[in-house]
Amino acid sequence: MKTYTNTGNKDTRSGFGAGLTELGKTNENVVALCADLTGSLKMDEFKANHPERFFQVGIAEANMIGMAAGMTIGGKIPFTGTFANFSTGRVYDQIRQSVAYSGKNVKICASHAGVTLGEDGATHQILEDIGLMKMLPGMTVINTCDYNQTKAATLAIAEHDGPVYLRFGRPKVANFTPENGEFKIGKAVKLTEGNDVTIVATGHLVWEALEAAKDLNEAGISAEVINIHTIKPLDDKAILDSVSKTKCIVTAEEHNYLGGLGESVARVLAENNPTPQEFVATQDTFGESGTPAQLMDKYGLNSEAIQKAVKKVLKRK
Amino acid sequence: MPNIKELKDLTTQVRRDILRMVHKVNSGHPGGSLGCAEFFVALYQDIMERKDDFQMDGHDEDLFFLSNGHISPVFYSVLARSGYFPVDELNTFRLIDSRLQGHPTTHEGLPGIRVASGSLGQGMSVAIGAAETKKLNKDKHFIYSLHGDGELQEGQNWEAIMYAAGNKIDNLISTIDVNGQQIDGATHNVLPLGDLRAKFEAFGWAVVEIENGNDLEAIFNGMAEAKSLAGKGKPVCVLLQTIMGNGVDFMMHTHAWHGKAPNDEQLEVGLSQNPETLGDY
Repeated sequence: MKTYTNTGNKDTRSGFGAGLTELGKTNENVVALCADLTGSLKMDEFKANHPERFFQVGIAEANMIGMAAGMTIGGKIPFTGTFANFSTGRVYDQIRQSVAYSGKNVKICASHAGVTLGEDGATHQILEDIGLMKMLPGMTVINTCDYNQTKAATLAIAEHDGPVYLRFGRPKVANFTPENGEFKIGKAVKLTEGNDVTIVATGHLVWEALEAAKDLNEAGISAEVINIHTIKPLDDKAILDSVSKTKCIVTAEEHNYLGGLGESVARVLAENNPTPQEFVATQDTFGESGTPAQLMDKYGLNSEAIQKAVKKVLKRK
Repeated sequence: MPNIKELKDLTTQVRRDILRMVHKVNSGHPGGSLGCAEFFVALYQDIMERKDDFQMDGHDEDLFFLSNGHISPVFYSVLARSGYFPVDELNTFRLIDSRLQGHPTTHEGLPGIRVASGSLGQGMSVAIGAAETKKLNKDKHFIYSLHGDGELQEGQNWEAIMYAAGNKIDNLISTIDVNGQQIDGATHNVLPLGDLRAKFEAFGWAVVEIENGNDLEAIFNGMAEAKSLAGKGKPVCVLLQTIMGNGVDFMMHTHAWHGKAPNDEQLEVGLSQNPETLGDY
């Protein structure tokens, strides 16, 4: 089984910051807007390098999204930055009308997604944002798994013409994808080959899926792990090719099981090849305060939860 | 000063267009549209420096954003009669497969529209964004926007108003259509707006008032003053006092025709008060 090495824990938001810094140097049309969370979003370096292209809007997210839509008129590529909660639910109608329906080339970059935001608790831990964003016609939805991939995705979305929701997080997690790796929007990455079960994971759950696959392998279960960084457009083919071999699937995400990756995968399977599926996700609940590790454990979002789901789905084949 | 007689004729024709458009589909918003007919005619026929061909990026020309998108009939009529698309297309307003959606949108590719509007309170933010981009591009042209007075009840406006002053967006001229009416009644009964001049000034804007916003000469004078105040470190607000339903006597001074179409008989009365000038579509 192919294994991956953690080159050192890093936060995905810093991958975004590094990508944005690079874009500042390579693409003069890139502008950045932030709603009073510059440090949290790791936008400081872009701001220091290009003060004329950095727009501090204050605690006023609705205005930020509208401004970003307007800034595209004249050729700029705006990247907005705030927490995932304030990037989506708080400004849904602004994104819907001024960005998505208007077809504006805005990149909505959202940190602190999911329960791993930690101690701040449920007011700040959105578990519904993937659903909100994937329902918007024309919106691309990306949830990256580690520092390197987040940096690569940040660079890639600048080249993509159209609105994008880029979701990442706060905690330092394993960094295992290649440095300066290629990022193709909508193209899943098969991380391990396996015959018994497909595990399709996104975001912080990708590393957990690899950890699960390692343990499962020792127990004689061969898991095929697929990193679905792009939830929309979904790589239907990668999923269907894998389940045609394994005949069962587990989806894993730091998001509500209603509206998330799991439901998107279920739709593809229902339409093409009905397959037993188990969902590793939060069960229609809000989060709470705690450390990221405690919360991942309590809400069933780790390697152990994935292994349990695999064992369950194997029995349903 | 442009030829006022010609512009008055055009305004009368625009009123006819508005009435006929909403009558045909028995829906749409004639009240605010009629009230802003002179403003749109003045803006598109003279005030704005604009190019004949529509490009979304709008480099080296003035740009306009309509925030209160429900007054799409006046917007569509003036855009068509300013050459953005065939006047005959006004026939398709609110019909299936039309580029003239109930509320304006870029989605169907109608030339002249730069952003969707309809859900209220979003246009000023978009206009500010476009103004920032003009500054980055070292493009000296202006951004114009129009907002309903009732629309100022939406909180996002005040985020935008604060930003524009704090960041010296002085290439922005935002006009408020002060007609004192909204769907449920007079604004002072629904949710009083207070002293709009004092509010904008307190936020750090320069304010121009046009007391007769249905008089072309008053509009030209007021907008010239607004332009003269631009470029001096402050965004400019124009408080344009208009009469909702202007030009059709039974529609004037009431919220009743905010979002209601005339029947056959009412249409005839309205049209008789606005005789054909440039030719109906």
